[in-house]
This record gives sequence, C-alpha cells and structure tokens, in this order.
Amino acid sequence: MLAFKIGVRFLTHGRTQSILILVGIAIAISIQIFVGLLIDSLQRTIVDRTIGNSPHITISSSTDVSTIRRWQQIAYEVEHTRQVKAFSPSATGNAFVEKENRDLPVLVRGFPFSSVDRIYNIRNAIYDGKEYSSRQEVLVGRELREELELDVGDKIVLSLPRGGKVTLTISGFYDLGVSSINKAWIFTYLDTAQDIFEFGDRVTSIEMTIEDIFQADTVASQLEQNLNNDEVVIENWKDQNQELLSGLEGQRISSAIIQIVIIASVVIAIASVLAISVLQKSPEIGILKAMGINDFNASLIFLYEGFLLGLVGSLAGLVLGVSLLYAFVFFTTSPDGTTLIDLYLDYGFIVRSWLIALTASTVAGVIPARKSLKLNPIDVIREG
Amino acid sequence: MRGIIELTQVNKVYHGAVDSQVLFDINLSFEAGTCNAIIGVSGSGKTTLLNIMGTLDFPNRGDVLIDGKLVNNMTKNQLACLRNETIGFVFQFHHLLPEFTALENVLMPHLINRWRPSQEVLKRADELFDMLEITEVKHSLATKMSGGQQQRTAIARALINNPKIILTDEPTGNLDSETTDKICQGFREINRRYGTTFIVVTHNHLVAEHTDRIIEMRDGRIISDTKSDV
Repeated sequence: MLAFKIGVRFLTHGRTQSILILVGIAIAISIQIFVGLLIDSLQRTIVDRTIGNSPHITISSSTDVSTIRRWQQIAYEVEHTRQVKAFSPSATGNAFVEKENRDLPVLVRGFPFSSVDRIYNIRNAIYDGKEYSSRQEVLVGRELREELELDVGDKIVLSLPRGGKVTLTISGFYDLGVSSINKAWIFTYLDTAQDIFEFGDRVTSIEMTIEDIFQADTVASQLEQNLNNDEVVIENWKDQNQELLSGLEGQRISSAIIQIVIIASVVIAIASVLAISVLQKSPEIGILKAMGINDFNASLIFLYEGFLLGLVGSLAGLVLGVSLLYAFVFFTTSPDGTTLIDLYLDYGFIVRSWLIALTASTVAGVIPARKSLKLNPIDVIREG
Repeated sequence: MRGIIELTQVNKVYHGAVDSQVLFDINLSFEAGTCNAIIGVSGSGKTTLLNIMGTLDFPNRGDVLIDGKLVNNMTKNQLACLRNETIGFVFQFHHLLPEFTALENVLMPHLINRWRPSQEVLKRADELFDMLEITEVKHSLATKMSGGQQQRTAIARALINNPKIILTDEPTGNLDSETTDKICQGFREINRRYGTTFIVVTHNHLVAEHTDRIIEMRDGRIISDTKSDV
C-alpha cells in the first residue's frame, strides 16, 4: 500500500514528466489501435464487398448427373451445423434468351425467396418491381434488362438446351453490384427451376453463409466429416479466393509488425523514463530502505509507476485511436456518400491491445525496479 | 548487564585498488537509555562504525548484537525489519520525501508494514511535532520548510516507531547554532521522556557536550571513552 502511494505521489509530483510520458504512451497506443482497427476494417470491407453477397460454402454434386439426391438430409445437417447463418437449396440450369437472332446465355437459379434473400440480400437489390410471388415469375438483373430493353410485367422466353421453350413473367429487376451476375442470372422459385430442367425433387446445390467468414474452411471440413457423402463436393470461398487471402495475410502481417514495433517503443520509453526516475529518487529510496522498507516493496514503487502510466496512457490511447478511426471513416467518404471502408470495431482486439499495453508498461517497470533492488542505502546516505 | 548495542572485535576493510582498513578491533557496548557521542576527525571511522551499528554496513570480522540479537547472519529482510522496529536514523541530509507533507513523512516508517496509522500513532506524531516545535509545518510539503524544520521533521520520523535506538550522523551539520541547540535539547528531551538510546556521530564538540558519554576515534581506533556530567 505504501509502495503504491509513493508511486502515485512520485508520478503526480513530477507532473510535467508524467504528462509527457503519458502523452507519448497515448499517442503510441492510439496509433497501434488505429492501425489495427483500420487494417481489420479494410480487410473485412474487402472481403465483404468481394464475397459478402454470395455464399461462403457451397455443396454441389460430384456425380455426373449434377443433381443431389436426398438433399433434405444434407440440408438438415447444414441447419444443425454451428456457425451456419443461412442456407438455401438451389436448382440451377443453363438456358438462352433470344435477341435479334442471337442467343444470350443465362443461368436460371431457383431458390425459395426467403432463403435466397438471406444469402444474396436480394430484397434490397431489387430496384424496380418486386420479388417473385408466383411460380411463373422471375427476377432479372440490371445489365440483362438493359440488353433486352425489358420492363416489369414483360414476358421473357427461355430456350432450353434440351429443346423447348418456357415463357415467364418478369416481377422485378435486381442489381447485385456485379455486372457478370446481373447479366446472366435469372432468379425464380425452386419448384419452377426444378420443373424447367426436369430435376424432379432434386437440387443442384446447397449454398450457405456462416457467422465468421474466415472460418469457412473449418466449417466446410467439419461438414464434410459429418456428411461423409461421396456424392457431394463442398467448396468454400477461401479455397476459391487464394490470391485475395494471401493479399489480406500480407496486410495482417504488416499490421502486426507495426503494432509490435509500437509496443516495443512504449516499453522502451516507459523503462527509460522510470530508470531516470530511479536515479532521481535514489536518495528517497535509500532512506526508505534505511527506515526498513524491504527491497521487494521498494521495487514495487516502480512497478506500480509503470502499471499506472500504462493504465492511464493506454486508456487515453484507446479512446484516441478509436476516435481517429471514426474521423478517418468520416473524412474518407466517396462523392456519393458511401464510406471508403466500413467501420468494424473488433472489441476483442481493443481489449487485447489494451491488456498488452498494460502488461508491457508494467513489464517496463521491471527494469527500473531491478535497478532499485540494487540500490544500497549506504551509498545514498554517504553521497548525501 | 548486556548493552543494547554490543560490538566485539569489529574490523572493517574497504576493498579497492588498495585495501583500506577503517576499523580495527572495535569493542564497544552501549547501555539502554543513554545518550552517547562519537567524535573524531574526518576519516577516523566514526560514520562507518555508526553504519555498522545501524546494519546499513557490515563488518569483515567481529560480532554485532542489536537489542540482544546477533545481526551478522540475518537476511536483508530480517535486517530491514530490525531497522524498522528498533532503530531510527537521523542523517546530516534529512532525505525527506519532497512529494509528501511533514506528517506523511513522519508516519512513513510506521506505514512500511501497516495499511493505515493507528490513532495512537497519530497522537504520538502530534506529541513529537509539539515537542520539536514544528506543529505549524505539519501539513507542509518538505520543500516548503526551513532547514531546521526539515531536520526536526526527520527526527520526528526517526522516533515515530518508538525505536529503542536513535543513530544520528552529523544531525546539525547544516544548521546554525541556535537551531543546533534546539535539536540537542530535543534529543535530551526524547531520551528522558522515552528512554531512547542515542548515539550521535559529530564533529561538533558543543553537540557532544549534551551527551552522557563521549567516545573519541582516530584512525579506526577508539582513543578515549569518557563519561560526562550532563
């Protein structure tokens, strides 16, 4: 208790010195928090904008017939798998749309609307018309609409590869932000697609999204194990986006290096300031030892100082770092008002960073504490 | 009768480029409740002797008994505990902690092994402030006091744990004669009131004259040991 009180008093008495080191710690930690959160937000934004509105894991047939038997059993397993946020069976097949003696290839994708919406967020992507509500209705993408000059309520004629034609009504138009999808995909009911392509009760894939997209490979292999089904193949976005992942990994490593360097500089700064403090305070420490304070309690003074500097400095740095991030996001908006990056506050990272800074600051106090252990009262008293 | 401090065949050598022996076979005993002075010129070994009696320094040879306990083989923590409970120090430089008030400085030895001061100790602190005539600076920071007030605060600090022994090294070295006289009278008053044993190392014969016994040292040896009629 006395050591704590003395540590506090040493810090509050040498106010200018303490404020300077606190500002130093706060700035360093704020940069560490800012860089860490910024890189994290940037990564999540890239991933979100690249694969956010698409399935994270897809189960498809590995057999020649390209459809999955007894898919309900697989769907049941998927539904009961941890981490799975949304899933949907899909019946997908190729078709053509005629335009001025030209056949445009399209992909007819049949989904129950409610579940496809949870994967592709399609309800928000509909910019004209409405969702399909009968088995004869479809949703068409923006680019295909422009190509074919279509309107809500128009009929669209699909030519099927096996021969024959199907006419469907357009209930609305969507824009998923990806031109290749907008140009090729036609959404309709699962039953409609199954009928058109004569799949019967079968589906061509089961698609799903999961809570933590970076766990896609783990969840996929867990599913593979649970299903133990040779007739299906399970793919996840990570396997399909290796280049993106290696880019993100590079970012993550550089961010980690920056953070380590910052923490190291905080430790060195605190340790050097406290080491000077031991020299400055050696008469007082000497007399305390002469009065009967033991070496351990004398050294605790400097550990407490390191801890307190770390506590206050890192908390201030934390607030400053998060504020910097908000300011960055606020000031880097595109002309259309959308932000350059989406803000993600990883509270786990913030708490971890704070604990690391606090531990590092306390550890920084060990060097001066060891120095004070060696302080002999007789030397101090002799020198006056 | 066994003394409160007993030194037997104490020798001290400082090792360096050239070894230098500063104490030669010192045999001394101090009775409890007495007021003693050790005088001598610079380099006579009196401060080294005081530091050895205070367990701040150690003899190369010889035994040191404090309050009946042989200190030679004690651990650092045991010695710290012994100093805290049995010995009070007053040095030429007061070494008060400038971050603390006079009262906080005085209570510091008491708080080394306790959470908070007892009412009894606070009362004792008040008594010491009264006796040493420094009540008016009780709540002042050490840096806001005069040299004499700082030194008297250091004396109050040395006395707060009611130690059996007070060791002082040139306690009036930096003070004027009037303040020196006040401090010497303070020592005598404490000695009378609490039966505290005083050992005062000094150059100043006027200070030594306030004591019961004067030990004179030269070149690491005791050359005279006389009792006065104070």
